[in-house]
Amino acid sequence: MGLALVLALIVAPEDADQGISQRIFYIHVPIALTAYFCFGLGALKALLLLWRGDERYDLESYVAIHQGTIFGALTLITGAIWAKASWGVWWTWSSNQLVLFLVLFLFYCAYFMLRFSLEDGPRRARSSAVYALFGVALIPVSFLAIRLAEDFIHPTVFTREGPQMSGSMFATFVVSWGAVTLLAYLLYRVELAGKRLDADLRELREALQ
Amino acid sequence: MMYLADVVALTRKDLRVELRGRDTLPAMLLFVLSTLVVFHFAIPEDAGDNAAYGLLWVAIVFTALLGLARAWVPEQEHGVLDGLVLAPCDRSAIWLGKALATFVFLLAAQVVALPAFVLFFEPLDATAIAGVLLADVGICAVGSLLSAMAAAGRARELLLPLLFLPLAIPLIVGGVGAAVSEEGGRFLLFLLLYDAVFAVLSWASFEYVVTE
Amino acid sequence: MIRGRDVEKRYGRKRVLRGVDIAVPVGGFAVVTGPNGSGKTTLLRLVAGLATPTRGDLLVDADRSRIGYLAHEPLVYRELTAVENLDLFGRLYRIPERRERIGMLLERFSLWDVRNERVSTYSRGMTQRLALCRTVLHAPDLLILDEPYSALDEDGAALLDRELEALAGRQTVVVATHEPARVEALQSERLALA
Repeated sequence: MGLALVLALIVAPEDADQGISQRIFYIHVPIALTAYFCFGLGALKALLLLWRGDERYDLESYVAIHQGTIFGALTLITGAIWAKASWGVWWTWSSNQLVLFLVLFLFYCAYFMLRFSLEDGPRRARSSAVYALFGVALIPVSFLAIRLAEDFIHPTVFTREGPQMSGSMFATFVVSWGAVTLLAYLLYRVELAGKRLDADLRELREALQ
Repeated sequence: MMYLADVVALTRKDLRVELRGRDTLPAMLLFVLSTLVVFHFAIPEDAGDNAAYGLLWVAIVFTALLGLARAWVPEQEHGVLDGLVLAPCDRSAIWLGKALATFVFLLAAQVVALPAFVLFFEPLDATAIAGVLLADVGICAVGSLLSAMAAAGRARELLLPLLFLPLAIPLIVGGVGAAVSEEGGRFLLFLLLYDAVFAVLSWASFEYVVTE
Repeated sequence: MIRGRDVEKRYGRKRVLRGVDIAVPVGGFAVVTGPNGSGKTTLLRLVAGLATPTRGDLLVDADRSRIGYLAHEPLVYRELTAVENLDLFGRLYRIPERRERIGMLLERFSLWDVRNERVSTYSRGMTQRLALCRTVLHAPDLLILDEPYSALDEDGAALLDRELEALAGRQTVVVATHEPARVEALQSERLALA
């Protein structure tokens, strides 16, 4: 991760008129992609839970979605920094990506509200799983909706710069992406292990009573 | 087909319970009318005609939420939901029966709300109304499922709007677009897509929400 | 009819049932006893199919159309009448000659006179009797009763006694109760939960 940061901030050739914003790009986009991946993983685990009925998938799904939400929040934050650096405003409705993430962020925050509201058990596991599946269905549908909404919302359109990446820029991007993915994976494993340990401890305590 | 017979029996039951209890539908009617009046005071003079359509959709969604929050209350008294789950019928029929009944209530509220809207604010063409109908389907399909989910937990009145609103955003886009845009047809198609995707999802996953 | 081995049911961290073995032959009359919180209701719910065990095997040789379950709650709609309630369940359970059967049951459980009144007007005993009607409406092969006597008045209890006597041996019955003495004469197996 440190290596990617170094590469992104120092080694990558500075785009003459973009400056900071170009560098943020190397972090922002991988984070966004990782968030999507985490949500997808969460939905996959959810599907496995419903299909196989093994409650171990509940925790895996939850942790994946938790990671996805964290990275989603980071996407919004880095996106805001990018917007400020590029266009001078902290938020713009013209970036479909950002708006989509806002909607998804709200959706997955509600996921946690759902889990807090239900008591631990098969009911909670199943309802969470169903909601997680709704989430991945929402991603493309929401994206379409946001695209369609451009028709009547008419935001001030900022020219989105399509990064034409030179060789070394592309390499940096890939390294950054790899680093972020690795980070996400590590966080996932750590959190999952921690939660499982918690659960096992509790079970042990129960069994001893 | 036996499945349809089950659904009809369940929907009729919901309609009958509502007619006897008489609390949800009048509340929805009054709420939507009050909201429209509030909007009159809430929109600044120079906001433009189209702003009203946006507010119409906000009114519809929140009125629907009102109805949806109470959708499963009859099943929770005396634990009836278990009785339905025990029956040999397909569990998804329970969801479909409830979604259809909710659709009827929402429609009933709109029969009052839409003319009121036209009277107070802006006209509605056929595309706009088609948009309302298609979005209603989505609202009732998804809402019935989410309402059942929320009903099992604490703070269900708080939880349902949180779960529902992000999923309602595409519906609002579709509905407003159908009313406002020149290419309203595109938005209707989009609503159809939403309905297809989420109705099927809701239909298939209801079983898992009510069993352990 | 029912065979369970090492059945366990957990709700999150709470283990409600652990290491339960159950065997009830066809036509058997099983009585489940145990203090409050010992998991009687959970076990009955598992047998009825409302929940699946977290661990262990549980085989119930009857599908949903052949099972009748009397829960703690009456499982009837408050705003509907007795007839409307039974008609709905009659349809869902695909009962032939629905109207006749409903009429017969309402009479047998002394609810004929109030059949067109809403359940919200009933006393607790009457509601429980209606719940009994709902339970036996489709002539189930497997009857699962969760503390059936607790909400019944004297007349209702006597009715239930008669019903159980008539059913014992022909249908399989599982009863959870605080008063095992009441059904002692009929019982064929006993299961005590700690």
